[in-house]
Amino acid sequence: MTDVKDNALPNAVANLGASHLDLETPEHPYLDSNELIINMGPQHPATHGVLRVILKLDGEKVLGTECVIGYLHRGVEKIAENRTYTMFNPYVDRMDYVAAVSNGLGYCQAVEKLLNVEAPPRANYIRVILTELNRIASHQLWLGTHALDIGAMTPLFYTFRDREEILKIFEKYCGARLTTHAFRIGGCLYETYAGFEKDVKNFLTFVAPKIDEYEALLTGNRIWIERTKNVGTISAKDAIALGVTGPVLRASGVKWDIRKAIPYANYADFDFEIPIGQNGDTYDRYLVRMVEMRQSLRIVEQAVNGIPEGPIMAKVPKVIKPAPGEIYHSIEAPKGELGYFIVSDGSTQPYRLRVRPPSFVNLQALDIMVRGQLVADVVAVIGTLDIVLGEVDR
Amino acid sequence: MVEKYKAQYGSGLEAQSYLGQNYFTVDRSLIPDLLRRLRDDEQFDYCVDLTAAHYPKREKQFDIFWILYSFERNERVRVKTQIADGESIPSSVPIWPTANWLEREVYDMFGIKFDGHPDMKRILLPDDWKGFPLRKDYGILQQDKEWVQINLGIESGQ
Repeated sequence: MTDVKDNALPNAVANLGASHLDLETPEHPYLDSNELIINMGPQHPATHGVLRVILKLDGEKVLGTECVIGYLHRGVEKIAENRTYTMFNPYVDRMDYVAAVSNGLGYCQAVEKLLNVEAPPRANYIRVILTELNRIASHQLWLGTHALDIGAMTPLFYTFRDREEILKIFEKYCGARLTTHAFRIGGCLYETYAGFEKDVKNFLTFVAPKIDEYEALLTGNRIWIERTKNVGTISAKDAIALGVTGPVLRASGVKWDIRKAIPYANYADFDFEIPIGQNGDTYDRYLVRMVEMRQSLRIVEQAVNGIPEGPIMAKVPKVIKPAPGEIYHSIEAPKGELGYFIVSDGSTQPYRLRVRPPSFVNLQALDIMVRGQLVADVVAVIGTLDIVLGEVDR
Repeated sequence: MVEKYKAQYGSGLEAQSYLGQNYFTVDRSLIPDLLRRLRDDEQFDYCVDLTAAHYPKREKQFDIFWILYSFERNERVRVKTQIADGESIPSSVPIWPTANWLEREVYDMFGIKFDGHPDMKRILLPDDWKGFPLRKDYGILQQDKEWVQINLGIESGQ
């Protein structure tokens, strides 16, 4: 597992075809350690949706995997070509549906870049507050389900209880809890509601001790450590070669976050740190995300205290018709680099809109992360990759 | 960097910029040579994305894009080339393993084959699906009716 190139990404199918259980012939006793192919999913509680993983096993040891995806494919990119820029905006919420606000931010900013307009400062502050709250909500959902997969049930109840408070803020702000459609091209449609700042500040004081609670349950927990330490390790070199981004990359020791590297919105105005891990294992990825939640709280706190007065919408034409050209814009979504590549032909509809989904690219690393490990670890690694199938399949 | 490559590749390479984003428009024959050099000599070690666009009225129907990033330079660059329908293009999996699934998706959606790819098959659609949905001549309501009827046992997926 040292060099990706030698390991040449799995040609699992060829391998799968060659192996079989031959119980009929007498020279193969029943207890012979033949290779075994099993299917995990698409209906499986630990695959976080409709992911099917074909596992090639030697006893409990994983020899190779192949992911079968596409069960949730809705042709989002095709839909984009047949909708105007404004009409497509709500569709992006349905990709990574646990971080809809981030999807919306990335899309709106990509189109703004294409139109060469900037959202006003107040809109940027609102955007940052909601996006960072969404990052916390996404990480909470990840933590709850990941811990549940491994066998710890309590964190699920804790995180869902606390995530609810974020969803309430979203609901009060824009009327929706999950597929928020909170932002518009050029800024925000909605002004903050009366008491928004108070709600956000209350949430900050409410959730900080709750994160300590999650950590008290897991960080020093012997079972948790045994199940996650040195499980699903990926080196920084492999992670970069495989295009892995987000907390998974940072846990391998690469200090890279688009909010710092190529700042967008007004992230450059805020103080926050990028946590990194050392071992690139499941435990480090857990720690990185825990710190990220706290850093998000820091950003929200600074933003909510510094929110300026002013307009929330830039001057954007009613009919959006960007000049012909190509643009790529990406943001640091909770799961990694979420990019939009838009080709405009000067009409009201994108000529081509490509979404660079972090989950899709990160999932590709599953194979080298689980090779040589146990079946139970596959569940842990799928959880730690934090994939959302809506985004993998689009 | 731009001058160096221009001097070497001449008219096969054109460096452009749009809204502050730099990209190379290159001749197909420079792929994968240029890509490999961008990684080895210019530290573009992260292949962000690989995708295509279809222009049915052009002689060379497809644009293929590589979006690259360098951690060292903190810089993005795009490489763009054109190929005709039915033509294939060298795979960049040996350069960036991440291209594996990305190229499979391009094949799945556009029907562009990548030479030397370890596992060139569909990724999102079923293996025996007919047609390539992101081509412009594939309608938004179009589907592989036969596949739907055989595999799902229903008249139409719409």
